[in-house]
Amino acid sequence: MATEQSSEQFNLKAMLRDERFWKIAFQVITLAVVLILLAFLVGNLNRNLAQQGRAFGFGFLVNPAGFSIGESLIEYRPNDPYWRALVVGLSNTLSLVAAGIVLTTLLGTATGIASFSKNWLVQKLSRLYVGLVQNIPLLLQLFFWYFPIYGALPQPENQIDVLGLAFLNNRGVYIPWASSAVLALLGMGATLGAAIAALYLWGQRTKVRIETGSGGRPQTIALAVLGLVWLAIVTLGLNWTIPQAVEGGGVTGGLRLTREYVASLTALVFYTSAFVAEIVRAGIQSVSKGQWEAARSLGLHAGIVMRLVVFPQALRVIIPPMNSQYMNLTKNSSLAFAIAFPEMYSIATTTYNQTGRPVEVFVVMMATYLMLCLLITLVMNQFNQVVQFKER
Amino acid sequence: MTTVPPQSLSSAPPEILALGPLAWAKKNLFSDWFNSLLTVVIVGIFGWGLVRLISWAFTTAQWQVVPNNFGLFMSGTFPPALYTRLWLLLALMCALAGLSWGVLGRNLSTLFSRNVMIGLGVVCALIVLFPATRPNTLKLLPIVALVAGMAALGRQVGRKFVGVGKGVSLLWFLSYFVALWLIGGGIGLTPVSTNDWGGLVLTLFTAVSGIVLCFPLGLLLALGRRSALPVVRWLSTAYIELVRGVPLVAVLFMGQVMIPLFLPVGSRPDRILRAIIALALFSAAYLAENVRAGLQAVPRGQQEAAMSLGLNTPATLGLIILPQALKIAIPAIVGQFISLFQDTTLLAIVGLAELLGIGKSVLANPAYLGRYAEVYLFLAVIFWFFCYAMSLGSRKIEEILNTDN
Repeated sequence: MATEQSSEQFNLKAMLRDERFWKIAFQVITLAVVLILLAFLVGNLNRNLAQQGRAFGFGFLVNPAGFSIGESLIEYRPNDPYWRALVVGLSNTLSLVAAGIVLTTLLGTATGIASFSKNWLVQKLSRLYVGLVQNIPLLLQLFFWYFPIYGALPQPENQIDVLGLAFLNNRGVYIPWASSAVLALLGMGATLGAAIAALYLWGQRTKVRIETGSGGRPQTIALAVLGLVWLAIVTLGLNWTIPQAVEGGGVTGGLRLTREYVASLTALVFYTSAFVAEIVRAGIQSVSKGQWEAARSLGLHAGIVMRLVVFPQALRVIIPPMNSQYMNLTKNSSLAFAIAFPEMYSIATTTYNQTGRPVEVFVVMMATYLMLCLLITLVMNQFNQVVQFKER
Repeated sequence: MTTVPPQSLSSAPPEILALGPLAWAKKNLFSDWFNSLLTVVIVGIFGWGLVRLISWAFTTAQWQVVPNNFGLFMSGTFPPALYTRLWLLLALMCALAGLSWGVLGRNLSTLFSRNVMIGLGVVCALIVLFPATRPNTLKLLPIVALVAGMAALGRQVGRKFVGVGKGVSLLWFLSYFVALWLIGGGIGLTPVSTNDWGGLVLTLFTAVSGIVLCFPLGLLLALGRRSALPVVRWLSTAYIELVRGVPLVAVLFMGQVMIPLFLPVGSRPDRILRAIIALALFSAAYLAENVRAGLQAVPRGQQEAAMSLGLNTPATLGLIILPQALKIAIPAIVGQFISLFQDTTLLAIVGLAELLGIGKSVLANPAYLGRYAEVYLFLAVIFWFFCYAMSLGSRKIEEILNTDN
């Protein structure tokens, strides 16, 4: 009896001293605390909702929304259901983010490379831009673009005419555009497809020329044909409409980019580009100096060294943080709601205000942004695999 | 056979040729036709822009909107009768800052080097010359003197007592509660409702509270994500990735609308508190990723060495891993703090009267209709100043902590 007790005690003590026991115990305790906390929160939620007489559910999404939306890429009428209003918001967010990502990549990369310019003025300007823009909140910059800058554009009566092709006034910017949305999408698809095909052909051509020492003629011809086909589709196939000034102010035809859209896009692009420029700068700095010197001593011109030797190596360091900048841009696009651009967040808050269902609306909003971020990560991971070191 | 190295192979660095201004311009601005074109175009565009900006600032712009609402910008609708408390708070903060500066710089040969003296002189000159609110801004002069005096004192104290750094940290910690007391009142002071907190005071208060709250949370999340225990790792990862996938506006919206729903029936925390909680919960996820990067940069051997010395997990983390990881992560962490500071502007969207919110309400005043550029430029200068000061501070701390040779 006595021995049994002592052995039990002995076991307990040993167990308390055993690291494996504590590892499991710690996890069980953490899980229990988190579960209890969640149960407490969800219980409160249920009680609060029950008190307000509402049950959790997404049924309200098919009810008519009843509010109108200032601008939309897809057709929408006020008596369409809520889900359609949310899709309109998503489409506006997407158009902002897609244009933003393209422009940010261009401006940010250019600024990052400019900080290595031999021209003192260009170099200092690039640094000044980054130091200024990074230290001022995005929302303030957004207001700055929307109110004093784009707000200072003239009334439609004395709008600015850019070569008869585009018009600027305080209602927005008017640019030439394909006559229908389907044609515009077709044109963008054709451009993207042509760009990918051209990159592939160029790679093939380089490969053939390296392996055989000469040739690559079929690929060159294919490239030329591709270029001609693309040019034909874009110039003739899209049925361009050019904005025309109307007597007494205003514009017909073309595509109207509202002042809200243009201001949001400018603010997002200028803000995110400063961070992208820093990433590009760090990436280029990470390429060892010997690479520069070796390429220069082969007789390559500074521009070619950057394009063929340094930048491809810098891309390995640049791509991973670019992913998070694109995600930031996507999430920050929700700030456009502050100047009444009807994007996802804006529509979601309107839906909440009308239905009084914060939890459901929040779930929908969170799921949408998570999906967008996931999509960007997937694409960037693919791209990252292309630029990483090829080691046997 | 012995060879004597020729004189020309001396290891001294080549002489640096001083360039005259003309030669400098030729080398840096007009080295070839492309650079010359670039220089001319940039000088043309930016020169024109600068001239336009200056002429606007001195002719069209009506700057009265700034001095007339200076009190609003600084402290919102805080009752003016109680401004003494805010001045006291400012003096306290400046005294502490001076003390820390002195203690940190105790090993420097001179605390007041030429650059520092010039800086102080410029600050004093600005205070005297800035005409906006002269009777009030003149009160800043003794505060500058206080900073310098406390710095000198801090240096003396820092040299005499070794462990004074911990004391200063403790003072900073206590000062947070003193600040809360001075702003909010209670215990012997007239209480000020949180509805009257606003302007720069609210911006700084929410930013500091957010930083103080998000740091430990972010640290725990980072450690959790790196943990060998699967449950802890999954939970931390899920939290970090979920939060990082959502915009901050959405989190703040949730903070304002949903925190009351998740709490027991009838309890409704103050809206500033709700905003701070949302801000901290959001930033913690980003901070965790920064700390994780620092943790990953510490070589594995450090942990193995600590373990083989017989240190348990908390001691290994606290004494060996974290000090090194945090030092590596300082720039990223300060970057996160800067973005948290900038993110406080989003509180204007959920209806709090921080700097940008006050700006909006000033602009809604019919007397200042359309004075957007003046107000937003003024706010931009304030934000720029604080963010730049933070990044400068982080660089200084990095220099001080840098133990590499």
